[in-house]
Amino acid sequence: MDLLHFARGLGLKIALGVFCLGVTWRIVSFALLRIRREYSRPRESVFKYVLGGLITAGSRSWPHREFIGRTGAGEALGYSYHLGLFAVVLLFTPHILFLRSLFGFAWPGLPSSLITIISVLTLTLFLAVLFRRLTSRVMRLLSNFDDYFSWFITMLVMVTGLAATSHVGGPYETLLALHILSVDVLLIWFPFGKLMHAFYIFPSRAINGALLARKGATS
Amino acid sequence: MKEGIVESPALGANVAGAMKGFAQEIGALSAFRLESCIHCGICADACHYYIATEDPQYTPIWKVEPFKQAYKRESSAFAPLFRLFGFKREVTADQLAQWQHLLFDSCNMCGRCSLICPMGIDVAALIEQSRHAMFEAGLAPKELYAKAAHQQLTGQPESSVEPYRDQLLAIGVRFGVSMPIDKPQAEVMLCVPRTDIEQYPSGVAALARVMENLGISCTFRSDGLIAENYGYFAGAKEWQRVISLRLIDQAIACGATTLLIPECGHAYTALRWEAADLYGKELPFRVLSVTEFLADELKAGRLKLAKAAGPKVTFQDPCQLVRKGGVTEAPRELLKAMSVELQEMENHGGFSFCCNGGGGVIDIKQAAPLRYRIMEVKMREIDATGAPTLLTTCSDCRRTFDDAQVHFNWDKKPNSLLELVASNLLEAGTGP
Repeated sequence: MDLLHFARGLGLKIALGVFCLGVTWRIVSFALLRIRREYSRPRESVFKYVLGGLITAGSRSWPHREFIGRTGAGEALGYSYHLGLFAVVLLFTPHILFLRSLFGFAWPGLPSSLITIISVLTLTLFLAVLFRRLTSRVMRLLSNFDDYFSWFITMLVMVTGLAATSHVGGPYETLLALHILSVDVLLIWFPFGKLMHAFYIFPSRAINGALLARKGATS
Repeated sequence: MKEGIVESPALGANVAGAMKGFAQEIGALSAFRLESCIHCGICADACHYYIATEDPQYTPIWKVEPFKQAYKRESSAFAPLFRLFGFKREVTADQLAQWQHLLFDSCNMCGRCSLICPMGIDVAALIEQSRHAMFEAGLAPKELYAKAAHQQLTGQPESSVEPYRDQLLAIGVRFGVSMPIDKPQAEVMLCVPRTDIEQYPSGVAALARVMENLGISCTFRSDGLIAENYGYFAGAKEWQRVISLRLIDQAIACGATTLLIPECGHAYTALRWEAADLYGKELPFRVLSVTEFLADELKAGRLKLAKAAGPKVTFQDPCQLVRKGGVTEAPRELLKAMSVELQEMENHGGFSFCCNGGGGVIDIKQAAPLRYRIMEVKMREIDATGAPTLLTTCSDCRRTFDDAQVHFNWDKKPNSLLELVASNLLEAGTGP
């Protein structure tokens, strides 16, 4: 079995297995902990605080006016590379074909040349994100192996993917194999680290938004 | 011994037990919050301690780092792996002792960080839970520990020369208002910050005066008189419960349908939002802050207010009442009813900066130098309004601003909204 066959065959199956089981366990494990009931009388109706949660799930995507001056640029940088990632992962035709093989349906993609431009921009933003993490005293203090490895593996996927599609740095099959292998590693790492925030972000915002709205407080 | 730390002979053992207890008691919601952090550090930009010092250790989520470490090691989804490979080490006594400064001296539990987190994490809730573990580890600041211990035993945070009941009656005589106390039955049970009894008796008189004006059956109760809850500040959950139960029992004993919280922010959080959970069931009465109660009476047409004479004012939103409690519009409705010209601060309502005294910080001696340094953030905003008068609805805010006035020779004197209302009751004549 050559590297490419392994990467998209057994390697991918193992990676998807670890990903699915790990993500499921990470989420189920919360249910094994105590869930406290709130006995205080809510200020607002159930409808209002559920609505408050749903609104917060979306509205927290951008800082409140009071915070924009201090955090707007950093958040814009963060959301920009996420948008770039989504575009490359979900709108590059070979990726769509791969996802169709998993889920059975497809959607239109963007032209390869546009994807290449987006990839280069996203890579640049990724480097800026690392620069920020290394130069901000706050982020440096908070950062651990998880932050740097999650950055590294995502970057590796991007770089190998761009190299493969641009035919730069080696034979296409080798570059493609390295690209898919890096995806395998990313999928295996996913449930163990901060990449899980992809699953947490909206429920986390919604729960805390609802709890604040229950009190009639700003969320 | 480091000043301010209550050490026990078995500190190390306490730390291990406290951290294990924290991890086991954490609950699904707090675990989810800890897991959701992406280390973006944005919460620092909401915290006045970071804004004033630019010291990264004051990043709100960093303040719970040992607890995140303990949770990951003890009860997270992959805890056995963290332990097996040593990815997360046990929290040590020394490490936790360092965090005493971060969790008590430099956090007002004001909750501003909870509004900025892009993941929606309620960081303030995690800090409150971390304080519980600090208390269990024997690391509550000595001032908060002593007051909480005294209050859970006696009902008041400190000894008083005269019983508070007698002081209350004396305030009534001094300000010419009848002080309803120990009535066997009443519709509304009143309580009072001991800060008001000792420092702001006019606030106590104002409360009695507005209730008299409204003609509502009400009473203070000697056995459940003090609104403050030092158990909440110290992280002493069981003591917080005992202290809350005193008021709950008295409200039930007098058949009150409403427990009215005076101008005291953390008392509102402790009784309005947390007491029922500690009681284990819904409270058989409603809990209202005096500000929202008066705004309701105003809307119902039972409270009538005259136009207040005087210059424009700015209003300090107490964090526990406004940001964490939702009592945002009520004070503004009362001010509007008195035709008071309100000049809002740049950050107001849910986004207001804390007075810097909240979370028990005003009581912690070793926290004072940092508190004064941070205070300048708030004072700048107040001064920028150009309003000569500062109003608030929390006696701890008032105490903190009074302290700042003396320390900085500041030209602002904080006043109570309740007292302003009491001075402008249409049927009540002159104020206290």
